[in-house]
Amino acid sequence: MTPAIELRGVEKSFGNIKIIRNITLSVAHGERHALIGPNGAGKSTTFNLISGYTKPTTGSVLLHGEVISGLPPYQINRRGLSRSFQVTNVFANMSVWENLRCAVLWSMGQRYAFWKNIDNLPEVRERTAEILADIELTARRDVPAGLLTYAEQRALEIGITVAGRAAVILLDEPTAGMSRAETERAVALIRRLTEGRTLLIVEHDMSVVFGLADRISVLVYGQIIASGTPEEIRNNPKVREAYLGEEAA
Amino acid sequence: MSDTASAVAPPLPSVADKLKFYGLWLVTAAVLVLLPYVFGSGGSLTTFCLIGISIIFSLSYNILLGQTGMLSFGHAVYYGLGGFLVIHAINIIGANKLPIPLPIVPLIGGLTGLLFAALLGWVSTQRSGTAFAMISLGVAELIASSALILRTFFGGEAGVSANRTKLLKVFGWSFGPQIQIYYLVAAWTLIAVVAMYALTRTPLGRMCNAVRDNPERVQFVGYNPHTVRYIAFCFAGFFAGIAGALAAINFEIANSAYLGAAQSGTVLFAAYIGGIGFFIGPIVGAIFVTFLSLGLSDLTQVWQLYFGLIFMVVVLFAPGGITGLLMMHRPLIRAGTLLKVLPSYLFALAPTLAMIAGLVGTIETIVHYTVNPGDDSHIKAFGVGFDAASPLVWGLSAVLLIGGYAVARTTWRWIGRAWSEATTLARDKGGAA
Repeated sequence: MTPAIELRGVEKSFGNIKIIRNITLSVAHGERHALIGPNGAGKSTTFNLISGYTKPTTGSVLLHGEVISGLPPYQINRRGLSRSFQVTNVFANMSVWENLRCAVLWSMGQRYAFWKNIDNLPEVRERTAEILADIELTARRDVPAGLLTYAEQRALEIGITVAGRAAVILLDEPTAGMSRAETERAVALIRRLTEGRTLLIVEHDMSVVFGLADRISVLVYGQIIASGTPEEIRNNPKVREAYLGEEAA
Repeated sequence: MSDTASAVAPPLPSVADKLKFYGLWLVTAAVLVLLPYVFGSGGSLTTFCLIGISIIFSLSYNILLGQTGMLSFGHAVYYGLGGFLVIHAINIIGANKLPIPLPIVPLIGGLTGLLFAALLGWVSTQRSGTAFAMISLGVAELIASSALILRTFFGGEAGVSANRTKLLKVFGWSFGPQIQIYYLVAAWTLIAVVAMYALTRTPLGRMCNAVRDNPERVQFVGYNPHTVRYIAFCFAGFFAGIAGALAAINFEIANSAYLGAAQSGTVLFAAYIGGIGFFIGPIVGAIFVTFLSLGLSDLTQVWQLYFGLIFMVVVLFAPGGITGLLMMHRPLIRAGTLLKVLPSYLFALAPTLAMIAGLVGTIETIVHYTVNPGDDSHIKAFGVGFDAASPLVWGLSAVLLIGGYAVARTTWRWIGRAWSEATTLARDKGGAA
């Protein structure tokens, strides 16, 4: 079966500096895959390469067996890949409701319609309401996104990412900066919202990673040094030395 | 409708809401019909026409700035080209006796604006921000200077004129008298305002707001921000063209001033002073700026200076514009704490007015000595005559300006304090509710 996401010999240089050195990675359909690694290992850059934010210098990225590297982000999104951002990236002056509705529109086939009343689209309304309830922001529906608390903004960020029902979801450090209780809620939310979908997640919190992921890849200096089940990664001597070892020490 | 949607989605408008909404438009229409019976003089009718044209133009500009986040310095291009094409169209229709009545001629202006926006907008809408602003300025200069070079089409300095009464008559209306032009402009203003309002409530309209807020994120929900900006730009061009067409019909002439930087600047003024964050903002701004430019030019020679000062004050102290200032009071009215701030306004009024009077006295005196030093020093500004050479006037101006400012500053602080009290109270009440 073709993997949901596949990276084949992907490299990325900024000037003379090679940030990503020959990554080959494959994530199966329905898999929850975590990408871990020390700061500056190239995790966010890898996300940017997959989602079309930047283009690989060499190599290719495939989504459901089709090459997507080189396509603009919106084309990749339309093919069923959606991502969140490490730094909250919402529509700050618009209400929570409008944020989610904008995230739903394209997937509901509304395109650039200027002849339809937006309040007269029952499916859009229903899907938006569903996501709003899912991320538990119903009480904050009419608040401008810029005025939400940090944890609420992170929830909205995830809501916008999953709203379009993309088959493949990329989450970039969804629990960064959250308290323990907030993290637990966020993980439960992620688990629920990505049910039956493919998830690739960058995360620093090891309890989140080992609790959530089916498989883990470890990125160090722009290279994947190991890929496997949480158990395999825990016992991999290279990983212990390069990454987990630092935490143990 | 599923349970989730009815439970958590914003409530759909009730029948009463809908009646109120459509009722508002009907009342507006009725007011427009009846207005000439109250203010029937030629002067007021002309003013109303200018306001209507300015409303359409300012709202079209706000599709760019307020809705989609594109700061244009060249919106008059589409206004002006619409105007020129319509003058030529009227001449051609009149000469060939084509069966096209005047009321649908503004559509020609709209389509012209749309066509040129579609041609010129593709490149400039690639980016928003500085790049877009610079390109809009470049295009505007290009078109404005070609207006003086391509004389056969633009008529050089003199412009091109036409006779609007030579067209097919409808219901016996020749559109010679100003009252008939008033109804033409009023009808088109209402149509354009309704259309532009409806546009904000479509999927495209909402994505325009999303592009304004965060063009980067828009790409990751499936939309191409360039396409959103481009379509918005085309709509803005279309409605600007209609405004230009109505102006051309009103004056029966189109000249290079229609396309110029001053025209582009005025529409930015009107939209911004009115408030770009609200749909109604540019309407308020258009009315205010039209009255101001008509009124101020009679009262003082350097009215544009005051114009600029007002603009600077709005940008610095009231970035939400007039509408933003008024809307700020809504939560206070709801919570019933408005009375807490009103006294502080009254206290501030006298010293602030004194300061402004001092400023006006200073400006007018300086203008007398720099602009017309040879003239009689007994000048008149804002209907008040005074001697610009008199040290008493200088002294009084200085005292009013400096003393007024010193006192006003304290009263402004009171306003600030009253505001924070009133908003805290309003928030507490809102939280308790």
